[in-house]
Amino acid sequence: MRWLQRLARRPMLVLAVAFVLLPLVVPYYALASHMLVFGLFASAFDLLLGHTGLLSFGHAAFFGVGAYTAALAAKLFDLPLLVCLLLGTAAAGLWGLVVGALALRQRGVAFAMLTLAFGQMIFFVVLQARGLTGGDDGLRGIPIRGLGVPGFEWRLDNSLHVYVFVAAAVWLALWALQRVLASPFGHVLEAIRENEVRARACGYDTVRVQLVAFVFSALFSGFAGALYTFTLYFVALETLHWTLSGYVALMAILGGSGTVFGPLVGAGVFILLRDIVSTFRDDWQLFVGAAFVLCVLLFPRGICGTLQDVLARRRAPAAELPAPAVAPTLARQPREG
Amino acid sequence: MDATLVALVTQLFTGLAVGSLYVLLAVGLALIFGVLGITNFAHGAFFALGAYVGLTVLGRTGNFWLALALAPLVVGLLGLAVERGLMQRIAARADVMSLLLTYGLAIMLVEIIKLVWGKTGYPPTVPAGLQLPVNLGFAYFPAYRLFVIGLALVVTVAVILLLERTDWGLIIRAATQDREMVSLLGVENGRFLGLTFALGVALAGLAGVAAGPIVGIFPDMGTDILIESFVVVVVGGLGSLRGAIAGGLLIGLVISFTTLVWPAVSQLSIFILMALVLLFRPQGLLGRAA
Repeated sequence: MRWLQRLARRPMLVLAVAFVLLPLVVPYYALASHMLVFGLFASAFDLLLGHTGLLSFGHAAFFGVGAYTAALAAKLFDLPLLVCLLLGTAAAGLWGLVVGALALRQRGVAFAMLTLAFGQMIFFVVLQARGLTGGDDGLRGIPIRGLGVPGFEWRLDNSLHVYVFVAAAVWLALWALQRVLASPFGHVLEAIRENEVRARACGYDTVRVQLVAFVFSALFSGFAGALYTFTLYFVALETLHWTLSGYVALMAILGGSGTVFGPLVGAGVFILLRDIVSTFRDDWQLFVGAAFVLCVLLFPRGICGTLQDVLARRRAPAAELPAPAVAPTLARQPREG
Repeated sequence: MDATLVALVTQLFTGLAVGSLYVLLAVGLALIFGVLGITNFAHGAFFALGAYVGLTVLGRTGNFWLALALAPLVVGLLGLAVERGLMQRIAARADVMSLLLTYGLAIMLVEIIKLVWGKTGYPPTVPAGLQLPVNLGFAYFPAYRLFVIGLALVVTVAVILLLERTDWGLIIRAATQDREMVSLLGVENGRFLGLTFALGVALAGLAGVAAGPIVGIFPDMGTDILIESFVVVVVGGLGSLRGAIAGGLLIGLVISFTTLVWPAVSQLSIFILMALVLLFRPQGLLGRAA
């Protein structure tokens, strides 16, 4: 078990190796790209659910805004790829700032409802702006762009190139996300998740901290959405529909909400299973629903969470069982932000 | 009366008819949220299930009234089973989990509907006897829509009487304020929680049967109306029954009139309304301040 612990201390290295091996075990490259893109999306979503304790039910909006903005930037203005990604990310972050500022006036279910309502607003706006967005036909005709790095003409015109680029981008984004979570700011987030009143009593402006987390989550979701655009060169209206907001919640919980790579694993499993099941059954959603129900009832800690519990139990067989679902983070003193 | 006014009043009635469906859905949602603390994402699926069960009963017997009575019963029983079998297992955990559980259930129910009744929908068919327009004195209005308004009125009054005049209602009202205290006073939690959930989804089933002749019957019929019902509940005030009624009618009217004036924004308008309400009156129109 010692080698496992040593590996666990270098998660980004493990991740890099996994990203290299992934396309070798997955049926085709495009599927591997989608697993990573949604993995990043689920991780961004879980920054709120798992680490801040806020359930957003409108995250498809940020993913979709990122995807549509990047696509339009490429299609209308012929901008280089990296600029398109940047614009998509920024647009999602901006919308996240608006939604977060309004939705954070509420907590719990009302918060989830508000994020949902704002998500639906974007959905209907994009649906109506048919001339620009293609409405329910989706946005087509996105040109294949170069990276926009001078002297490095590398085009995303085949699925292997796309995978290499997506893997590098997702790795970087996840690294950044880890840095956010490991920072003093990340600890304040967990303190708020554990007990918002107490965190406020400690002197933190909890609403502002949550707003910053919300914007971060929107930024990363938008980046995932923008990447998604360049895996298909097509944006479907479904990327904005609230059912995707539900799916991303399932991915995070399936993999293990609040764990380091749980959402990534959950998204990978979800996308892979959907791909496999949908090739021979068109009622694949029945299995999605059943997975949801079983997961909530039997494994609320998800794949990675359950695995962690099992490992922790092995290491300390004499300890009181079961281990606490979530480490009481307030025992750790919140460092100055 | 001049033509514009007639058009406006006709639109008013259309809004009330649509609003009546929202009222039926939202009262159930508010009841379930208020008593069990569950955000029932399966409400739309129960709505669709009601419509389909109604369709089958109608097909077998040819009697719309029987369909209207039996479908809520079937949906309610299923709701009872779901609450006793699944919800109570996670009762101790946060409302977020129940939201996700009901969401998973909703996905499953819709797929099961597709398996049982097929994927293609059925166009709206108004039941015999309610097909003719009724002369309201100034304009003709479809009889069926008037019937839906009346149905919602009767059912809501019945629910309010149930809540305010019976022992069971007393328990429910007490439970919306403090569930723990109710169980401390010796009321067995399990039974009335299950029955409340059953009553809530039965109302959704009833709304489904009633909606069939207006919007048609198709597996995803509950998907968008679910979100609209959430808007109703939030606008009216989470967990407030009177808020759900007022909110339902208001949203129905808003949709109806924006469709008349500017159809492109009719679906958008209710979300804007909801955002405005939450900004200026976070507890909802008739909700209590926290």
